[in-house]
Amino acid sequence: MSENKKGSSVEVRLEDLRRIYGTFVALDGLSLTMAPGELVALLGPSGCGKTTALRLVAGLDEVSSGRVVFGGTDVTMVGANRRNVGMVFQAYSLFPHMTALQNVMFGLQMRRVDDTERRKRAGEMLELVGLSGFANRFAHQLSGGQQQRVALARALAIQPQVLLLDEPLSALDARVRARLRDEIRRVQLEVGTTTLFVTHDQEEALAIADRVGVMNKGRLEQLGPPTAIYSRPATPFVAEFVGLTNRMPGNVKGGEVEVRGVRLPLVKPDTSDGEAIALIRPEAVSLVSDGSESGPLVGTVIAVAFLGATSRVSVDLGDLVVLAQMPTADASAHPAGTRVRLTLRADPVLIARDEKAAVEP
Amino acid sequence: MKAGRARFQVFRAVMLVLFGAFFLVPIGAMFEFSTRGTGIAAPRTWAAWTSILTYPDLTNAIVASLELCVITSILMVILLLPTMVWVRLRLPRLRGVIEFICLLPLTIPAIVLIVGLVPIYYFMALNISDNILTLSLAYVILVLPYAYRSMDVGLAAIDVKTLTEAARSLGASWPTVMARIIVPNIRVAILNALLLSVALVLGEFTFANLLSYVNLQVAIAQLGRANAGVSISTAVASLLFAFVLLMVISFVGRRRPPSLAAAATDPQYLTSGQRT
Repeated sequence: MSENKKGSSVEVRLEDLRRIYGTFVALDGLSLTMAPGELVALLGPSGCGKTTALRLVAGLDEVSSGRVVFGGTDVTMVGANRRNVGMVFQAYSLFPHMTALQNVMFGLQMRRVDDTERRKRAGEMLELVGLSGFANRFAHQLSGGQQQRVALARALAIQPQVLLLDEPLSALDARVRARLRDEIRRVQLEVGTTTLFVTHDQEEALAIADRVGVMNKGRLEQLGPPTAIYSRPATPFVAEFVGLTNRMPGNVKGGEVEVRGVRLPLVKPDTSDGEAIALIRPEAVSLVSDGSESGPLVGTVIAVAFLGATSRVSVDLGDLVVLAQMPTADASAHPAGTRVRLTLRADPVLIARDEKAAVEP
Repeated sequence: MKAGRARFQVFRAVMLVLFGAFFLVPIGAMFEFSTRGTGIAAPRTWAAWTSILTYPDLTNAIVASLELCVITSILMVILLLPTMVWVRLRLPRLRGVIEFICLLPLTIPAIVLIVGLVPIYYFMALNISDNILTLSLAYVILVLPYAYRSMDVGLAAIDVKTLTEAARSLGASWPTVMARIIVPNIRVAILNALLLSVALVLGEFTFANLLSYVNLQVAIAQLGRANAGVSISTAVASLLFAFVLLMVISFVGRRRPPSLAAAATDPQYLTSGQRT
């Protein structure tokens, strides 16, 4: 395995990648450098260009302009079969007429690795993904999760320079998805292959990536560690796509925004004055029981959603419903129908000028 | 419930006998005719059968028809399979057009097709070759609709795009993708296409006759005027040959892969309840 680790960790650079289909710009100048062994997740809604980016890296689609560089070598014009890229697809992609072992050996056979070595390495890979006892099974004799694990073993068996994961978990049920997600991360750390992971599931991206790139309309909106993406979103789109966000009307003045009488600092203090929508995370909202009948931040609890350790409370302020997220123990003090007063934590907030939601429901 | 099932069994048996009789009675009658002796009370004779190979024109026609079967089948697969895969992968919008073109020969009467083909064959005979095997080009057009439908069903049953891309990313060239990934997964569809092609070519008369070539059916028809017994015995023999050939192709092609059978009896698989 250590041999694999040494051979696989290369820097991957995408330089101003562009892909245009007719008049539709699918990818609009994506630049991204992945450190050797890093796992970067590209996150975004359908049609944002993340899968296009992945296919360009794999060589399965042709770039309109820009470069793909693996470890200092320009591979932009290299065919998919000569790129040394391992890929796991969203759809089940095991060759149905081959056993799990034969599937894993296929890439090695293409590289003319001799039979003994081929069997040995394929066996090791199946062991790595915990399926050594399933070597003689065909795809139709494996569950979805097992098939994706074999696909991962198959992709890694060729000791690729880059591992590409195209929403490999989206066809699986929630429980298997969470388990396989952790498994992918464990295996990736073990082999150390530079990995690009594409997903539309923010939880998945934030859970396993070293860095997350949020994409929108063919462009990279923000690239950073998961904590930065969540707590310091660079754009309203990122704020709304990653995690839930309250959209509360306010007034920007002198580098601050006033929301219902509360002054909050801005992420970008140079924002011009005027009316705006403040984007406030539910966890920045807390509740106190209040007997008073009125006030801009006084409302009625209309629903409490139990999420396990935390709960999400919906408060109707009359003209606006605000979400507050808090420990379940705190939330239980405010059952539906209770009059509550909201307090807003003075975290820096982002401003959206566009009245329309940036993220489609 | 039981009575219903019994009624269905009877219905099935009756239909089987009816259809069996429909197909077998004419063949039986042909066989009976081909073994008749000359004269009213003459005993049965195999003369019409044993003398088949003594007619050199007939032997040549049999060989030519078999060669035509092979060449047509190969040309059909080489032409159709890569085209259909490519259209699915790269030009999905053209699928309707390709389907229309492939099904077109079905709607055009043979005589109309031949009128169109005559000048081409005339040109080929003068400038390239007048060998009977050039008929395979026309036969490819003839078998196109049947072969297309069969292969289309096969390709629809697998995820061509994902399997191809997976193989490409693992280092497979395009010919390898076709030979190692696509063909094994649509083997049954290809076999069906081959079966239809072979059956069609072996039974083809109009094209060969009107283009002045002598294939098996033309030879049988010609022989029918000179020696009806041999003509009929050859016709029965060709039917039997086609039947046996189709059975062989069918059984060989549909055999279960041995490893699959092994996996099905894998004790771990049979006992394992865990499917993650």
